[in-house]
Amino acid sequence: MSDFKILQRENKGVSVLELKGYLDAHTAPKLEDAIQNLITSKRYNIVVNCKDLSYISSAGLGVFMAFIEDVRTNKGDIKLSNMSPKVYNVFDLLGFPLLYDIVKEEHEAVQRFLKSK
Amino acid sequence: MKQLTLTIESRTEQLIAVRNFVSVAAQDFGFNDEEVSKIALAVDEACTNVIKHAYRFDATKRLKVTIKPARTRFEVLIADTGLRFDPNNLQTPDMREYLRNFKQGGLGVYLMKTLMDEVEYHMTPGKKNEVRLVKYLRR
Repeated sequence: MSDFKILQRENKGVSVLELKGYLDAHTAPKLEDAIQNLITSKRYNIVVNCKDLSYISSAGLGVFMAFIEDVRTNKGDIKLSNMSPKVYNVFDLLGFPLLYDIVKEEHEAVQRFLKSK
Repeated sequence: MKQLTLTIESRTEQLIAVRNFVSVAAQDFGFNDEEVSKIALAVDEACTNVIKHAYRFDATKRLKVTIKPARTRFEVLIADTGLRFDPNNLQTPDMREYLRNFKQGGLGVYLMKTLMDEVEYHMTPGKKNEVRLVKYLRR
């Protein structure tokens, strides 16, 4: 299916997942696999860039909840960036900004990782 | 506006078609983009619950989405013949506490209640489960 894509890249040693399209119960397993692969390779500093993410449902939000504890236990984090107001609203409705580091731009998230080293 | 119906197979691939179906109808009814998004998300959550919990991903099953527009009331009914699932028994979680414990699942029901004006479940054991989602148009 072409309704959801993940582009994985590095930015100053931080793993970046760029999400594109629609993240729902059908496509969430793709994101689950991508984050699981990073954790398996002991890459715990993760930025999820949501610039081209058009839609998210609770199945997508559940993926972040599934891994955050594991990542933080290993002194890493999943930071989120570049959300459209529409996508941010869904995170906000569920109170995610209280617990997740959500920033405007990807470089801010990367900087926070570099500073905390 | 007439009543509209979409019947889909119980597969998550179909969620995008449901969202499109509901979005077009909600837009035609007069909702703005933000409200259209909320309605589409609530219906997605309801259908996801049916596919996951009532039908347990059995793709041979069908679910029916019916839109009943009436004056300022936009009603969406999601009907299935699967296992009984009664979210009325679910307590609305304290989201702060919920997130702190990194719990998964159950977010969909919370979202539906937050996004829509009314959420009701009607169960006829062994026959039909129905979720009724309502949003009012405010001018």
